[in-house]
Amino acid sequence: MAKMNMIQALNSALDNMLEKDPNVVSFGEDAGYFGGVFRVTAGLQEKYGLDRSFDAPINEAAIIAMAIGMGVKGMRPVAEIQFADYIFPGLDQIVSELSRIRYRTAGQFTTPVTIRTPCGGGIRGGQTHSMSPEAFFTQIPGVQVVMPSNPYDAKGLLISAIESDDPVIFFEPKRLYNGPFDGDPGKALETWGKHPKGEVPEEHYSLPIGKAEVVREGNDVSIITYGTLVHVALAAAEREGIDAEIIDLKTLVPYDIETIAKSVNKTGRCIVAQEAPRTSGFGAELAAQIQEECFYALETPIYRIAGWDTPYPHAHEWAYFPGLTRFTTAMREVLEA
Amino acid sequence: MTQSDPRFHVPAPHARPGDTPDFSHIEIPPAGEARKPAVDIDGSETRDLALGLVRVLDHNHQAVGEWDPKLDADVLREGLKHMVLTRVYDDRMLKLQRQGKMSFYMKSTGEEAVAVAAAMALDNTDMIFPSYRQQGILFARGRDIVDMMCHCISNSRDNLKGRQLPVHYTWAEGNFFSISGNLTTQFPQAVGYAMACQFKGEKQIAASWIGEGSSAEGDFHGALVLASTYKAPVILNVVNNQWAISTFQGVARGQGNTFAEKGLGYGLASLRIDGNDFLAVYAATQWAAERARAGHGATIIESFTYRADAHSTSDDPSGYRPKAEEEKWPLGDPVERLKQHLIGLGEWDEERHEALEKELNELVIASYKEAESHGTLHDGPLSPTHTIFEDVYVEPDWRLRRQRQDLGV
Repeated sequence: MAKMNMIQALNSALDNMLEKDPNVVSFGEDAGYFGGVFRVTAGLQEKYGLDRSFDAPINEAAIIAMAIGMGVKGMRPVAEIQFADYIFPGLDQIVSELSRIRYRTAGQFTTPVTIRTPCGGGIRGGQTHSMSPEAFFTQIPGVQVVMPSNPYDAKGLLISAIESDDPVIFFEPKRLYNGPFDGDPGKALETWGKHPKGEVPEEHYSLPIGKAEVVREGNDVSIITYGTLVHVALAAAEREGIDAEIIDLKTLVPYDIETIAKSVNKTGRCIVAQEAPRTSGFGAELAAQIQEECFYALETPIYRIAGWDTPYPHAHEWAYFPGLTRFTTAMREVLEA
Repeated sequence: MTQSDPRFHVPAPHARPGDTPDFSHIEIPPAGEARKPAVDIDGSETRDLALGLVRVLDHNHQAVGEWDPKLDADVLREGLKHMVLTRVYDDRMLKLQRQGKMSFYMKSTGEEAVAVAAAMALDNTDMIFPSYRQQGILFARGRDIVDMMCHCISNSRDNLKGRQLPVHYTWAEGNFFSISGNLTTQFPQAVGYAMACQFKGEKQIAASWIGEGSSAEGDFHGALVLASTYKAPVILNVVNNQWAISTFQGVARGQGNTFAEKGLGYGLASLRIDGNDFLAVYAATQWAAERARAGHGATIIESFTYRADAHSTSDDPSGYRPKAEEEKWPLGDPVERLKQHLIGLGEWDEERHEALEKELNELVIASYKEAESHGTLHDGPLSPTHTIFEDVYVEPDWRLRRQRQDLGV
């Protein structure tokens, strides 16, 4: 075991896979020589060569399409899109191509592409470096959508993503790269050093896509979330002394309905939380499915925590980010209802 | 696993950290050599200009050749002043960012002529679709420095209400469109705007800027095909400053010779110019503007320059290029070159230059003091919090009204 932050853990996953499978390649804008603007691919070009980890021109559609072509030829490409906010020029290649190759060729062609991309706010990135666009991608049949919340999961899930024969959009909550974040921007930065999930094996391991984790057991309310908000939910429950059960989804498609339903059937109360704008967000899918599965167990309406239906503001970032206050308000409302 | 020869071609720059900066591979044609064709020239006949380099200031800082715009000394001094102001402003803002006064900053050091000379050659009514390194345009158009700073420190007087990252200026009164963090999106928009100018029978034209790295985006090609198909009155500038964050220009250029050359395939008038030469930038922009206004169509201009500083305050170039590479740039420093040109004309001297720098430094310091009196990002006051719900639509719908209530603002 080694102490790793999320950047190092992701780097370690890529390192293991480049070592293990000669068909794995990694590329993206600034992702080759320099090792990425967040340094996730640092050192890989030096170690594995120019054609295993390389810089791509600034064209997200072309980057994703190149990955598709490589994947069809039997490679396992890992494409980095520098910020999730920049993925949209590549959307056609994801929606109309990547996701459907297996289906429309009746399995004659497949392409096991992984697209890594940093997402989310909390770094003063303004509207073009803060988005959480995961819900868009959950609307695309044929792609899996993953978002880890800590270094240990990040490594194990990235390895699974690369090894998966189906395409994966792998979201990396950038606010968590260097440490957990409980939603209080006034506090000194925490590192992963003392966090149990900052203990990461240096060797290859994988975690199953589609499996959620109960990260805090409780009886009074279930909080279903993923990414950065997992840590905010934990902090809010601690601070309020509420007996909340908190589920880190880790995978959005396919999400782990079994773990969710088991929890909600136990607690009878449910909060779903996302950083993305509220309307048609992933929380809406969760709420709909949970009420189908657990309607008779629910004692109160499912409560949604979300970003506002506005672009991500720069100066008022913390008025946008669903922080501690919105979690504690939600828990009180749900418990008092 | 050990490193072996790559199985497909991956381009690499001539020098990396630890290497001696080396620009010996760059061919610099003599100043004054390029011909200046009539503005109604067929785009396909500009191949020599797309592959060459329009230069006016020679190594003695004298203006030579057909492209010399023959500007009055007053205009040259004005240009110098805007360029010095841009540099002084950038230096001060970087320091303030390091002191935590703003979240982010991007300097334009080494690229001042690209912005300032172009802005001065255009009419102030012409529409600018900028990228994030053309603050010089704002100075040339006379934007209030305090206003610019208030935007950068996201305070209560930020005309963008704190919604945009610093340096992502918008200035409607100055015909300066919004800067997007997403690359190249403005390029085809500028073509659409230019077509609308024609539609409305106006003489206004549009000009847009991107970096050479951004020319790899699909929107670059979209802009060129639109500009060519509709013969739009637009100037499409590619600022080739050699570096797209850590990625050298060869990754976007590929096997082509120049970025200007990419315009030839679309039949556009295509110029490659010395971007560190105030007079060359001025003359090329003036030529392209005249061509556009006369209905002869669009021009693509590659400004060959060098990003003398980091991409942004989030970047550290020591990780990917040799130290002090900017000092070896064969086309020198744009401010120094215009200054020496003016001195050579007997229209400027070191004392006046020092006095100008001092005056502009004081102006920038005083401006910041005033800007800070309207608040800072960390200590406020900011735009009122409820303004985050405004301008999403003309009127907030029930969702936004309810969310504003939920936030309690």
